[in-house]
Amino acid sequence: MDLNTTWFVLLGVLLAGYAILDGFDLGVGILYLAARNERERRLMLNSIGPIWDGNEVWLVTFGGAMFAAFPNAYATVFSGFYVAFMILLFALIFRAVSIEFRSKRDSLWWKRFWDCSFFGASLLATFLFGVAAGNALLGMPINAGGVFIGSFIDLVRPYPALIGLLTVFFAVMHGAIYLYLKTEGELQQVVHRWMWRGFGLTLVAYMLATIYTLAVMPQAVRNFNEHSWSWIVVTLTVLSFANIPRAIFLGRPFYAFLSSSLTITALVFLFSFTLYPNLVSSSISPEYSLTIFNAASSEKTLRIMAIIALIGMPFVLAYTAAIYWAFRGKVKISEHSY
Amino acid sequence: MPFLNVRFLETTSYMDVVTLSRVQFALTIMFHYLFPPLAIGMGAFLVFLEAGYLKTGDAQFEVAAKFWTRIFALNFALGVASGIVMEFQFGTNWAAYSRYVGDVFGSALAAEGIFAFFLESGFLALLVFGWDRVSARMHFFATLMVSLGSIFSAIWIVVAISWQQTPAGFVIRDFVTPAGIVKRAELTDFWKVVFNPSAMDRLVHVVLGAFILGSFFVLSISAYYLLKDRYVDVARRSFTTALAVAAAASILMLISGDAQGRIVARYQPAKLAAMEGIFQSTGTGAPIHIFGIPDAKSRVVRYNLEIPGLLSFLAYRDSSKPVPGLDGFEPDTPPVALPFFSFHIMVGLGIYFLALAVYGLWCRARGTLFKKRWLLWTFVFSVVGPFLANELGWVAAEVGRQPWIVYNQLRTGDAVSRGLGSSQVLGSIIMFAVIYALLLAVWIYLLNDKIQGGPELVSMPGEASLRDALNVASRYPGRTGSLTETKE
Repeated sequence: MDLNTTWFVLLGVLLAGYAILDGFDLGVGILYLAARNERERRLMLNSIGPIWDGNEVWLVTFGGAMFAAFPNAYATVFSGFYVAFMILLFALIFRAVSIEFRSKRDSLWWKRFWDCSFFGASLLATFLFGVAAGNALLGMPINAGGVFIGSFIDLVRPYPALIGLLTVFFAVMHGAIYLYLKTEGELQQVVHRWMWRGFGLTLVAYMLATIYTLAVMPQAVRNFNEHSWSWIVVTLTVLSFANIPRAIFLGRPFYAFLSSSLTITALVFLFSFTLYPNLVSSSISPEYSLTIFNAASSEKTLRIMAIIALIGMPFVLAYTAAIYWAFRGKVKISEHSY
Repeated sequence: MPFLNVRFLETTSYMDVVTLSRVQFALTIMFHYLFPPLAIGMGAFLVFLEAGYLKTGDAQFEVAAKFWTRIFALNFALGVASGIVMEFQFGTNWAAYSRYVGDVFGSALAAEGIFAFFLESGFLALLVFGWDRVSARMHFFATLMVSLGSIFSAIWIVVAISWQQTPAGFVIRDFVTPAGIVKRAELTDFWKVVFNPSAMDRLVHVVLGAFILGSFFVLSISAYYLLKDRYVDVARRSFTTALAVAAAASILMLISGDAQGRIVARYQPAKLAAMEGIFQSTGTGAPIHIFGIPDAKSRVVRYNLEIPGLLSFLAYRDSSKPVPGLDGFEPDTPPVALPFFSFHIMVGLGIYFLALAVYGLWCRARGTLFKKRWLLWTFVFSVVGPFLANELGWVAAEVGRQPWIVYNQLRTGDAVSRGLGSSQVLGSIIMFAVIYALLLAVWIYLLNDKIQGGPELVSMPGEASLRDALNVASRYPGRTGSLTETKE
């Protein structure tokens, strides 16, 4: 596997890691208003309280890695989607500070404000991520210089909006499964219902998205046809997704969480594989598309970056796992909680 | 934006996007930079406190550590929230820059994520929430990791920023794109990039600046408690430690500042000329202007008080060696006013910190410090100083680097994203201005709240007042509120 493809894969790993981890943070945020009282709200908040920040770093590192490995794609995407990225930043800022600020005053309106902010920001960010993915698949008007010559309205089309919805529903399901693991009693019952609702909504959106993708972009399967082993991944996606309700029904929520995470990984694979070797497809002319070859850094940089990742990421995985282990079990409100 | 004539803005010169993007970057980075130095400074302080607790077993160390951790967490959250804006902004507003230097600059940013952000954000979980979940030793380890993470973060970002100032370890190569062949910087020697001429000195300078900020922050709050006669034990302990750090850092800062100055003199002479108001190349040794008002039109420094030959001495260790003036760098000269004033004020503040810290230490040694109420009040308000000094230092460095975004390689005017409209950037500036104004207000409000609330009470009779006890008991809605119930 050449160095550029290796980096494409590594970016996919970072993206999948982010989607799995911040996926449930954002899902909890979207589900947040389903909590019926102060105690339930605090339990939901504290289920992600200690770890949401570390989870968001996967996004920051994904951005940094994209900048380092494929600077031309990073530049085109971030400047082209300017307004979308600014709205995303708005959402991410408010998600972050809502968690921190909420518990700092006892007044009702203060808590209500940051509650709504936390919910709204989580919902907005999740939807935007999906819209971005949808646009990436569909292709955008990029000229020869890699400059996006459309406008913000071009990004809000039916297909990306559907992918945005799919992302939101998946986050709801994934977040609900996580919450099911972390809560007990009545709150857990509420969450249980949302696991099923989340799954149902995701199933419908997933089927629609698949049909729509194949109808609107028949060329999307070109890579799959050329490399038939990839159909195993497609099968795996469906199987792991189908295992989610099965695991919930069998009363094995951690198995459901694993299946959900595996499905996310598989979907990221499908997304990446569909794009490959493009990073940004130009709807004006395929010659203007940014690929992992014409948008990449020099070989030396890719090599050095690979060494950095090889040294750094195992440590990251190890201590992240250890920290999660320290917070295992049901959420407990203590004096240090939010 | 319905009230703006959008068409007008988009047909005005391309420069508008450059100016607006620069304004936005300045606004967002100056807000963000309130927090990371505080994290670095306070993080080290937390390590001290917990080490003290592990060593002596004195519960007051733990009380102090828990209190300062809560403030640390608040600052950290705002640092994170405003930090992600910075990473995205290289792509959103400076796309041409990203394409030109991504090969070099992007690597440092990615390394920052892998080695620093994961470390500090990950272990933050244990630091803030893990007091009852892991042993005291493990918690200390977590605190140490958060502190180290913040310093690693400083390393990589300073490496990247220094590369802009004194680029090294790269060549300019042709790169094939769909639009044809363009030029870009490509990395040739990783270690030359990391150890570029200004990186290490700047790193020391930045970290010292962070330690000064952290210690003055602690000094301010501790002095406030001492003046109000509350939490005296925690406050005394915190104050004394912070004072020692402030004094040591300020003294080291003299050396660091001198080193920085000599690097600027050697590698960025145009910036030195701007910062020091040297309009014309001097035939002989150049003076330091203690203060003055540079007049760019007449190319003199008015109302100045100067020490002859001192600049040449500091820059070259030879008081008669001429310093190149701005006239030698036309037309690529930086503006004079901003670098001159920010640099001079920063240095003035640095001297003030040194004087205050050393005087405070002297009084402490003689046992008179805690009786001098005017001195304690001075410490309360002096916290504004390091915030200002840290920001002004960067203003001097970044504005002094103009018109270059990578010194002598790429101009700022050529680095901005193409296809970006002025109205878009103006819109995002307004968005950030409003959000950050709100966050700044909430931050100060909550800081004040936490300070008024004070550290958690350890069962030490005579130490706390009833008012303090009531204050604390009302803080936690999850508690029963009974003052007679013992802590689990």
